[in-house]
Amino acid sequence: MFELLSYGDAGWGDEILAGLAITMQLAVVTLPMGLLIGFVAAFASMSRHAGLRAVGYGYTTIMRGLPEILTLFVVYNGVGLLLNKLAAWWNPGGTNIEFSPFAAGVTALAMVFGAFAGEVLRGAFQSLDEGQMEAGRAIGMSPRKIFFRIRLPQVWRFALPGLGNLWINMLKDTALVSIIALDDLMRMTKVAVGVTKQPFTFYLLACLIYWALCLLSEVVLAYMERRANRGIRRV
Amino acid sequence: MNPIDIAIQYWPRLLDGTLMTIKLTFLGALIAALFSPGLALIRANATPVAQAPLRLYISFMRGTPILGQLFLIYYGSGQFRPFLQDWGLWGFFRDPFNCALLAFALNSTAYQTEILRGGILGVARGEVEAAKAIGMTRLQILRRVIFPHAYRIAWPALGNEIILLMKASALASVVTVFDIMGRTRQIFSRSFDFSIYLWAALIYLCITAIFVLLWRQGEARLSRHIGPRSEGRSILSPPEGPQP
Repeated sequence: MFELLSYGDAGWGDEILAGLAITMQLAVVTLPMGLLIGFVAAFASMSRHAGLRAVGYGYTTIMRGLPEILTLFVVYNGVGLLLNKLAAWWNPGGTNIEFSPFAAGVTALAMVFGAFAGEVLRGAFQSLDEGQMEAGRAIGMSPRKIFFRIRLPQVWRFALPGLGNLWINMLKDTALVSIIALDDLMRMTKVAVGVTKQPFTFYLLACLIYWALCLLSEVVLAYMERRANRGIRRV
Repeated sequence: MNPIDIAIQYWPRLLDGTLMTIKLTFLGALIAALFSPGLALIRANATPVAQAPLRLYISFMRGTPILGQLFLIYYGSGQFRPFLQDWGLWGFFRDPFNCALLAFALNSTAYQTEILRGGILGVARGEVEAAKAIGMTRLQILRRVIFPHAYRIAWPALGNEIILLMKASALASVVTVFDIMGRTRQIFSRSFDFSIYLWAALIYLCITAIFVLLWRQGEARLSRHIGPRSEGRSILSPPEGPQP
């Protein structure tokens, strides 16, 4: 059994580690994009303009209500079709553009992450103490300075637990990209299963790896939360 | 073809898929709801050592992708085929619907247990003490005091969990269950018409919206003795005015 999991030609250890690397890349690239979408969605849903608010709320509500796998297929198939249509319009008779599964995976995961993060960040911004902003204005800080010195550092503190949960959910959702033929951990496991005919062993291994990643994330997040709250008196 | 034509041509299949999604979600949530109260009591009351296996189970279910759990059950059972055949269980594990239902029920049991545990811990001690003082048995206290209140506290979170389960049920399409997602992928592979995905999205949103409305009705019913919020106090709060 350990031979199966060893490194090299005989075992599947190296293939599975390569899949794990893709999974981690996917998650690490998705995080900043998802946060960016989250901030945009949060600002839109807190905007003074009713139209922008509607867009913000509409986006977060719809995205949160759809199955992640549906979003993934819409992005993978839909954006591919759209790109090809654009390409055909720009350069008729040109070659087909391939929308890579990696790009599709990152886009779809970031869109989902952004929708949930938008709600988390909006909640965090709205739980800030209004008096602190007034104090900032009273001592003559510019809106920009108030944002970076007062609001953002505290939003981080309020939003961290929610964002941590989203990170763990997103890490688990990366397994979906195996369905669109991206060679992540789950797909490499499937390949190994196809050859070795030991589905339980390998899927259990994959699950254990995801589990370890989640537990590790929880430890790191707990540390980050302690750090973010270090200046706060415990009530 | 325009989207309306697609809907007219394929609506029987989409309807079929919708019923399958509802069936999977409803049965999965129901099976989990049967097991979660007992497990939640263990989580709330048992010693740390006694509940260690349960915590391990819950942590595993929450720390691994549902897709992995589904594959583990559906494909993984193949590794134990001789045993399962001896036990007469192979027929069960060969059917993708059963495997998907088992995976979703196991997963949802873990989440519902944790949610309900929070509800049980949220019941005020005084209520239980009062019940003891008027001579209720343990079972009566559970049935009349702890669980009604615990469910009222846990109700919104349980609703969220069922919506998450409904979304997760789309994964069953990966193991060839023809739910909404499965039908949609089938239709797309024949027609290459993108609008079918938009119809699927619309159906999922409608199911969620209807469910949210129904769940709010349930919440209002569970809280009907408390009265409208605008009164600003529950019947449990002390009477106003000077105390004697």
